[in-house]
Amino acid sequence: MAEEVMLLDFWPSPFGMRVRIALREKGVDFDLREEDLSNKSPLLLEMNPVHKQIPVLVHSGKPVSESLVMVQYIDETWGGRSPLLPSDPYERARARFWADYVDKKVRLGRMVWLSTGEAQEAAKEEYIECLKVLEGELGDKAYFGGERFGYVDVSLIPFYSWFYSLEESANFSIAEECPKLVAWAERCMQRESVAKSLPDQYKVHNFLLELKKKLQAQ
Amino acid sequence: MAKLKIIVSPTSFFCTRIEWALKLKGLEYELTFEDWSKGKSELLLRSNPAHKKVPVLLDDGVVIAESKVILEYIDEKWKGGDLYPLLPQDPYERAQARFWAQFADDKCFIGTWGACRAEDAQEKEKAVEAALESFTFLEKQIKGKKFFAGDKIGYLDLVAGWISHWLGVLEEAGGLKILDAERFPSLHEWAQNFAEIPPIKECLPPRDMLVNYWTALLSRLRSSAPSKL
Repeated sequence: MAEEVMLLDFWPSPFGMRVRIALREKGVDFDLREEDLSNKSPLLLEMNPVHKQIPVLVHSGKPVSESLVMVQYIDETWGGRSPLLPSDPYERARARFWADYVDKKVRLGRMVWLSTGEAQEAAKEEYIECLKVLEGELGDKAYFGGERFGYVDVSLIPFYSWFYSLEESANFSIAEECPKLVAWAERCMQRESVAKSLPDQYKVHNFLLELKKKLQAQ
Repeated sequence: MAKLKIIVSPTSFFCTRIEWALKLKGLEYELTFEDWSKGKSELLLRSNPAHKKVPVLLDDGVVIAESKVILEYIDEKWKGGDLYPLLPQDPYERAQARFWAQFADDKCFIGTWGACRAEDAQEKEKAVEAALESFTFLEKQIKGKKFFAGDKIGYLDLVAGWISHWLGVLEEAGGLKILDAERFPSLHEWAQNFAEIPPIKECLPPRDMLVNYWTALLSRLRSSAPSKL
C-alpha cells in the first residue's frame, strides 16, 4: 500500500538520499513528496515541528525524523529483506559509530563549497583528512560492514553525489586523494537502490552554484 | 572473564550515563580516569583515535566509543530474561527515543553550553531563548509521564539525565537560569525523581567538584579565543 509510507524529501539532500536508499533496499513502496524548502508545506511543519526539516518518513500517519533514526527504523520495521545493520552487538556498535562519524565530519563538505581562499583551503584539508579516515576504516573490504552493503554505506554514499561540485569549487580530485573510497562509491552505485536515489552530480553542481549565489546575495 | 572497563573523566556526564546503564544491567565494571592536566592518555588515544574523547568502553578486547552508541551496545549485548531493558521493543517507540536523545544532546545541552559561553549580553540573551525553546519541546515529551520511558527509567532518561544534576552546575557557572520549576514543572519533577533513584544517585559526582571544574573551564575559554558557536 503505497499511501501508507510517505517520504517528505528534497532531491539534493544527502539525508533524504539515505532514506530513499534504505526504503528501496527493503523493497518498500513509498510516496515521495518533494518539498519546497523556501515554502514548507503544512504537512512538513506538522510532521516535524521540532526541526521543520526534511527528510521525514510518515508511516501510517506517524512521523519519524532524523535520517539515521529513520534508516534504523526502516531496518527494524521491514526486518527480513536486506538487513542494513549486522546482528552482532559489537558489529552494530561499530556501524553506528562510523555512521555517527560521517554525520559529524562529512558535513565539513559544506564549508568546502561555501568558503573561499585560505578558509576554503583549510576546510578542504580537513575534509580530505576525514575521507582518509573513512577510507582507512573501509580498508580492503567491499563495503564498510564487510561483504554486504549496509548501514555505514547508506550513511556515506549520498555525499558521493556532491563530490564533483566540491572538487570543482576547491580544485582537487577526491579520486586522487582517496582512490579506494571512490572505488567503493562506484561499487555502491551499481546497486539499483543507490543509483535510483542519488541525483546526477552535474544537477547537484548547478543547484549548489545557484544556492551559493543566493547565500552570497544575502 | 576480563572486567568491563570505562575510560572516563570524573566530570563528564557522557561518562556517567554509561555507569548508570551498567548498574541497571547489574554489571560490574572498572573506571579508568583521564587526568586532563597530563594530556590525553595513551590508552584513550589508542582506543578512540577518531575523536580522542571519553567515554570509551573496553569489553574483553573490544572497544566502543560515543556514549549513545555504547548505551545501545550495552542494551543489545545484555538483554532478555531479567535484564533491565534500556530501549523499548517497538520500532516506532525506539525511533522516538533515539530522536529525542539526539535532540537532548544536540539542542538542549549544546544550547545550554552555548549560552554559558556567550559573553556579550545580547548574544547570551538570544542563546538562552534558544535553549529555553529546546527545553519547551522536552517538557512536552515528559508531561503526563513519570519518566521518559514510562513508569521506569530507560535510554532517554539516561541521556537526558545530565539535566538532573549537571544543568544546575552549568547555570551557576554560566550565570543563567534554564530549568525554572514554574516554566518547566514536569521536567523539574522528572529531574528530582530521576536523581533519587539509587543507581543514579550513587554515580553523581560531588556538586562542588563540578562547579569548580565548569567555572574554571568557562573562565579559561573566555580568556582565550572568543566563543564561536
